Amino acid sequence: MLARLGLEPGEEDFYAEQLAGILGAIERLQELDTEHIPATAQVVEVRSVMAEDEPRPCLTQEEALANAPAAEDGQFVVKAILEEDS
Amino acid sequence: MTELHEATVTELGERLRRREVSAVELADAQLERIELLNPELNAFLRTTPELAREQAQAADERLARGDAGPLTGIPVAIKDVLCVRGVETTAGSQILRGFRPPYDATTVARLKEAGAVIVGMTNCDEFAMGSSTENSSYGPALNPWNRGRVPGGSSGGSAAAVSAGLAAFALGTDTGGSIRQPAALCGVVGMKPTYGAVSRYGLIAFASSLDQVGPFTRSVTDAALVLDAIGGHDPRDSTSAPRQLDVMGQLEGGVAGLRLGVPREYFEVEGIEPGVAASVRRALDVLEEAGAKLVDVSLPHTEHGLAAYYIIAPAECSSNLARFDGVKYGYSDQTMGSLLDTYLRTRREGFGPEVRRRIMLGTYALSSGYYDAYYLKAQKVRTLIKRDFDEAFERCDAIVSATSPMVAFPLGSRTDNPLAMYLCDVLTLGGNLAGLPGLNVPCGAADGLPVGLQVLAPQFREDVALRVARAYEMASGVMTEVAPV
Repeated sequence: MLARLGLEPGEEDFYAEQLAGILGAIERLQELDTEHIPATAQVVEVRSVMAEDEPRPCLTQEEALANAPAAEDGQFVVKAILEEDS
Repeated sequence: MTELHEATVTELGERLRRREVSAVELADAQLERIELLNPELNAFLRTTPELAREQAQAADERLARGDAGPLTGIPVAIKDVLCVRGVETTAGSQILRGFRPPYDATTVARLKEAGAVIVGMTNCDEFAMGSSTENSSYGPALNPWNRGRVPGGSSGGSAAAVSAGLAAFALGTDTGGSIRQPAALCGVVGMKPTYGAVSRYGLIAFASSLDQVGPFTRSVTDAALVLDAIGGHDPRDSTSAPRQLDVMGQLEGGVAGLRLGVPREYFEVEGIEPGVAASVRRALDVLEEAGAKLVDVSLPHTEHGLAAYYIIAPAECSSNLARFDGVKYGYSDQTMGSLLDTYLRTRREGFGPEVRRRIMLGTYALSSGYYDAYYLKAQKVRTLIKRDFDEAFERCDAIVSATSPMVAFPLGSRTDNPLAMYLCDVLTLGGNLAGLPGLNVPCGAADGLPVGLQVLAPQFREDVALRVARAYEMASGVMTEVAPV
């Protein structure tokens, strides 16, 4: 559900079986003692940099919306997520 | 004289500058050949004849002015995950069908500045997830050497295009081997640069700490030329390294005196074919005769690397692909009531099976109850992999092995078993986990199919990897050939 994939009941079983197999193979990581090993998220040294605070050209509103499935008044149309109080 | 479709970038550049052929003629010849061969090979998802002719005309003007660089007028194919402004770019997925990016990826922009001529977008596994191009939602690309076999993946269309002479060079992306493995299976040169050496801006993200853009070519010198054009710092990619690569400087330096590490685990991995191992051993003999010193090294966590990769890459992908929600771009199914229905229906229709598997795997590995056991554990193992390479590079200048444990396999032979497909990357994904530059150079054949030699070098030492590969090319006389299609 968290992945928002909209699986149907038959598909859930199909993927559950495959994923169990993959997770089984991945389990072998537990063989390794990593208690004192730091985690690596990023392998190349990077430093935080600040961009110059100056205006630069960017997409126009029209360009940014050109691929939108639905747009209105220069904005993306999104379905309401809150019920209106009546 | 070599046929136009067989010529290297270097040869074509000379012929263009001597005005033996114009860029427009070259583009037309290339598009004609694509039209002839692509219906069967499916290497291209779409061609861009109008863009190509417009760029070719501009290239001819530059050539006439004497203002041409090495890539001016040269036909190039772009993997369908790199944004080309105004040209449909889908990542091989239904969910991006019809998406026309409003901007160019930095690598594409740099090729345009260099005057290269874009002939089309190449087929790939959906969101670059796969090792055979069979996960493309637009049908698989075929291997030009044997059409019953896969071209490898995920950049299989780019590899097949260069192998079949449908483009002089191509761009691909490599997250776990997606440039090097298809290059090996199609018998062309393919290079993944150091993480951070080439901008990822405008690359449709799969796993952001692993993805890199790189070239497919028919010679090592060409790979260096293309890398020189696309590499270097880009302020729009926060992980782009603020340095310029010197790839041409040592290219012809040879291997005399270089120490080449031979990792024993890479010759013992599950599923390595005897014909592949034998071809690679012969390549090592050639390098030794050319003056290299072969040294034994060990990469003890090789097989754990596969497991760590298949946590880290799916975890990053599940996060990156959360953006496909049917609201901003791409496919959208808004037929049912709520916003949640839109998400569920859009993603159900839009994503294929392998992408779903990885999103589920990644979401699971990142969920609060399993984060430590899976994701954090995998990141720690990534440290061990990196240390394995650091220690190996204390004893050698570059590491040499097979690129793929197997030659091109029959279509459909691995699609039912995700784990069998994942094994294709066991020799390449270590380079991604450690951020190393690596390339494939063809080193002969087994069972009539191409075999590739992988050269890995320390971070930002593309020059060493290219120098070793160039020395192999010269000493072996094995030149990259266009497949007999």
